[in-house]
Amino acid sequence: MEKKLVHLTIDGRPIVAEEGQNVVEVAKANGIFIPSLCYYPHIDPPLGSCRVCTVMANGRSAAACTTLVKEGMDVVVNTDELQDWRKAVVEMMYAEGNHFCPSCEKSGDCDLQGLGYNLGVTVSRFPHLFVDHVVDYNPQRMVIEHNRCIRCRRCVEEVLTDEGQRVFSFQNRGNTTEVGIDYEQEAKLTHEQAMQAMHVCPVGAILVRGKSLARPRGDRKYDHDTVVSEVPLPKITALKPHLRRKKIVATTSLAGCFGCHMSMLDIDLDLVELIDLVEFNKSPLTDIKKFTKRADVGIIEGGCCNSDNVEVLKAFRENCDVLIAIGECSIWGGLPAMRNFVPLKECLVEAYSSATNNTESKLVIPHHPDLPEILDRVYACNEVVKIDHFVPGCPPDAGHIWKTVKNVLFGEKYAITHSEFKYD
Amino acid sequence: MKTHFPDEPLRSHTLDMLWQAQDEKGYIANEDIARIASQLQISEVELEGVASFYHFFHRKPAGKYRIYINNSILAEFKDYRDIVRAFEKATGAPLGGTDPTGTFGLYDTPCIGMCDQEPSALINFYPFTNLSPAKVDQIIDSLRSGVGVEFLANAVEDNIRYTPEREKTILLREFVPGKALQALTRWTPGEVLSEIKESGLAGRGGAFFPTGVKWELCSKFESDCRYIVCNADEGEPGTFKDRVLLNRLPGLLIEGMIVAGYAVGACRGIIYLRAEYRWLLPKIHAAIEMYEHLGWLGADTTAKEPFRFDIRVQIGAGSYVCGEETALLESMEGKRGEPRTKTFFPVEKGYLGRPTVINNVETLCAAARIMELGHERFSSLGTPVTRGTKLISVGGDCNRPGIYELEWGMTVAELLELCDAPDPYFIQVSGPSGQCISAWDSHRRFAGEDLLCGGALMIFDSTRDILQIIRNFTAFFKHESCGMCTPCRAGNFIFSRKLDKMARGLGSLQDITEMQQWGQIMKRTTRCGLGMTAPNPLLYALERFPEYFEQKLDSTRTGFNRSFDLESALEDYREAVQS
Ligand SMILES: Cc1cc2nc3c(=O)[nH]c(=O)nc-3n(C[C@H](O)[C@H](O)[C@H](O)COP(=O)(O)O)c2cc1C
Ligand code: SF4
Ligand code: SF4
Ligand code: SF4
Ligand code: FES
Repeated sequence: MEKKLVHLTIDGRPIVAEEGQNVVEVAKANGIFIPSLCYYPHIDPPLGSCRVCTVMANGRSAAACTTLVKEGMDVVVNTDELQDWRKAVVEMMYAEGNHFCPSCEKSGDCDLQGLGYNLGVTVSRFPHLFVDHVVDYNPQRMVIEHNRCIRCRRCVEEVLTDEGQRVFSFQNRGNTTEVGIDYEQEAKLTHEQAMQAMHVCPVGAILVRGKSLARPRGDRKYDHDTVVSEVPLPKITALKPHLRRKKIVATTSLAGCFGCHMSMLDIDLDLVELIDLVEFNKSPLTDIKKFTKRADVGIIEGGCCNSDNVEVLKAFRENCDVLIAIGECSIWGGLPAMRNFVPLKECLVEAYSSATNNTESKLVIPHHPDLPEILDRVYACNEVVKIDHFVPGCPPDAGHIWKTVKNVLFGEKYAITHSEFKYD
Repeated sequence: MKTHFPDEPLRSHTLDMLWQAQDEKGYIANEDIARIASQLQISEVELEGVASFYHFFHRKPAGKYRIYINNSILAEFKDYRDIVRAFEKATGAPLGGTDPTGTFGLYDTPCIGMCDQEPSALINFYPFTNLSPAKVDQIIDSLRSGVGVEFLANAVEDNIRYTPEREKTILLREFVPGKALQALTRWTPGEVLSEIKESGLAGRGGAFFPTGVKWELCSKFESDCRYIVCNADEGEPGTFKDRVLLNRLPGLLIEGMIVAGYAVGACRGIIYLRAEYRWLLPKIHAAIEMYEHLGWLGADTTAKEPFRFDIRVQIGAGSYVCGEETALLESMEGKRGEPRTKTFFPVEKGYLGRPTVINNVETLCAAARIMELGHERFSSLGTPVTRGTKLISVGGDCNRPGIYELEWGMTVAELLELCDAPDPYFIQVSGPSGQCISAWDSHRRFAGEDLLCGGALMIFDSTRDILQIIRNFTAFFKHESCGMCTPCRAGNFIFSRKLDKMARGLGSLQDITEMQQWGQIMKRTTRCGLGMTAPNPLLYALERFPEYFEQKLDSTRTGFNRSFDLESALEDYREAVQS
């Protein structure tokens, strides 16, 4: 039977589509990109759970994947506001889950990560919730990494045994909602069905044992996806440094690994040119311990894990006009924040007793008036002081860092190349 | 009493099966899950998913006497904490667990619809109201000495405080069984439909959709069976009007459902009753039986056109979102109460995929009255946009809390006068999902043209802390979110963390701006009405009471984040090195 055709507009463009199609599909067919995560063409009706496909349809906000096109429909996809809402939803997922991409099997193949890059998520505007989730090693074929689950519901709908029984189902409700797995049913899945489950999951929450890297590097979904095109950079020499006073820059590494500082030095010869433009004050690079001048820009690597970090960070806030947090650790805690799910006492016992060959019966946790005291968890820098700019990455690319700094110092416009921005 | 129609799939029976298991031994054991799952031919994890969705289902022993204490904001302001302490002391059970002998289990639960007689609690789903620590001791003593809960429960007062003059009273007038149904013997379904349409009746569940239009839409979708569902989930904190209707006029509701069934051409009616109102079940069952005797249910009727209708009750299990009509349908089908996507409206594809009308208790009662009194009487009352009368549940800081039937158009001031509120300061209209107004708004009218009210008015005097009210509401939404969509599941959590921070005196202007922005994002991106209204308490309060928030904020501009509290962040370490 011929499908009825309907006429609609997307961002003002007249479009003809078949009745019954959803807005995501229709937009895609017409070269208009609407972000989506839970949407999976097989699943009908669409789940509408993630909400990253929010658009305006006839003046009302709606999930594009669950909105069917109608005659005369007016769809708006790209306005600053809508882009911001969609980005916010992705940021919420990062704040809600615990995503340590550098140690994730799905990195490079992950739809959430891909969307993060695509929408230009550098830092989540929402505070990380740091809720501990289990990693479930009980299933026979799989490992379920609940820290990464975005509760999209795809697995619930798509992963069935040959007898049609569900292997996954949501449990609890509200912010404690999680996906539960039926061990008995899971054991009945064939290897192919298990692999299918891993591919259905848009993130790295469902892993098949022994097959955790589902696709090799180079073949991963986002390996060839260059979302941001390369733009030539203005050369530093194009600036006229003699017209300006040398800008003062300070840097520090808090609870970080110095990797970001190493990365900063990675601009090779450009460093020489840079020296003409800026002067370093307090910094591990100069070994100046206390501020001797007010700085134009302070660059912070690492988050706060102890009282000393807090003191240094506050000194930076007081002595710098602008603060730039570089690297994941300073932005939200990063790898050190892996301890945020475990009570401090347990961490200390693990570090100073269980994990060492401490044969003595008494546990000694180092403490001395000269030693900094340890915070209950690792704090992102912006939880402690106001941070003006964020440069993501683990570590961030050198070019990216200096472009940001120069932009802040000299108002120089810049573009970020894909390779500078993509870490997987 | 019928709990299940023979042609319904067994799956629709899921909640009842879980209830049965829990009523037998006080909780749902693993073997119950295994047994019921195999009966339903679903995997255990799927059934676990259903059981864990509803907060009245316990998967661990929860005591022979399960005590649920209402933690709504009105209870909080009425010594909720003292009552919890009294229960904890008397029973030996901590809140959220049982005593060592497993006799008592103590839990808190959102509004149980007793805002006119707080503090209140349910014990094995029998109501206990106007609690005091002394009364708590007495109750527990009696339970220990073997007196049955059913003998200790108190009669729940209806507290009807006001009705308009006699000819203007629609709902709370005297009731003569069968009166509304007389018209059915003379009229065709089409005539009943136009009667309801002309009356101008609009839904009383909060969305105010024209009832006649809804019925007509449903009647047009072909099906072997259409359903009439009565939404008796009344979950919006502060609302208890449906409780009073069910307690006082269950027959009127049954007649309303029969009228709807006839008009729509439905074959079945289902009342979805919140578990908090299980104590009303005998009355509802008695009413259904009465209409069976009268020949209006379960048999061919004397209506003008051939008509046969049946009604059963479905008990919920503790979930506010199940009041949302599509979540309610999911719940009736024995699933998790997750709202459906709005691709189809229930009038087209509702219960079991069949055309379904879902109406609030009050809407159906009003429909019965319209048949009894005629549409002119109804539509001559009220305002042009909102016809007739409306039941409002009034609670909080006033001397006459209870039910008010008012003609649409009454001013807030008039109602405040009637209920004798000496110092109204912060007034929450339509529950947490509604909006707050201040005493300066008291000239406003309850009407579609001005201030719509779904049925609750909570009055707070100037001694009450606004932030405490908002935190209670946000905690409620966080607890009741179905967890299906990101912005509501995570958003309410993030909101509640922010509000905790403000309560610690660490809020900044930036926090306020952020919450305003994030609230807008939640409103626009969530999937159902719960998430869309969840930011309302804060957004409206900021608009209405800016001066309150100003004094809550940090005015220093050091760039230091006041919410970061070094001393408390170091507590754990200091404790660890001590020991
Ligand atoms: C989160 C949420 C909770 C709701 N709770 C109830 C409820 O407890 N009772 C009710 O009648 N309607 C409730 N509603 C409204 C229903 O979805 C629906 O609009 C109503 O039952 C329709 O009946 P009416 O047209 O007679 O008002 C709720 C809506 C939402 C979004
Ligand atoms: S699931 Fe995706 S976003 Fe999360 S850690 Fe893995 S790669 Fe990163
Ligand atoms: S496990 Fe994966 S597929 Fe399943 S809900 Fe979580 S993110 Fe979605
Ligand atoms: S808005 Fe909240 S209650 Fe509604 S579907 Fe989303 S998570 Fe569930
Ligand atoms: S893609 Fe539309 S809601 Fe997830």
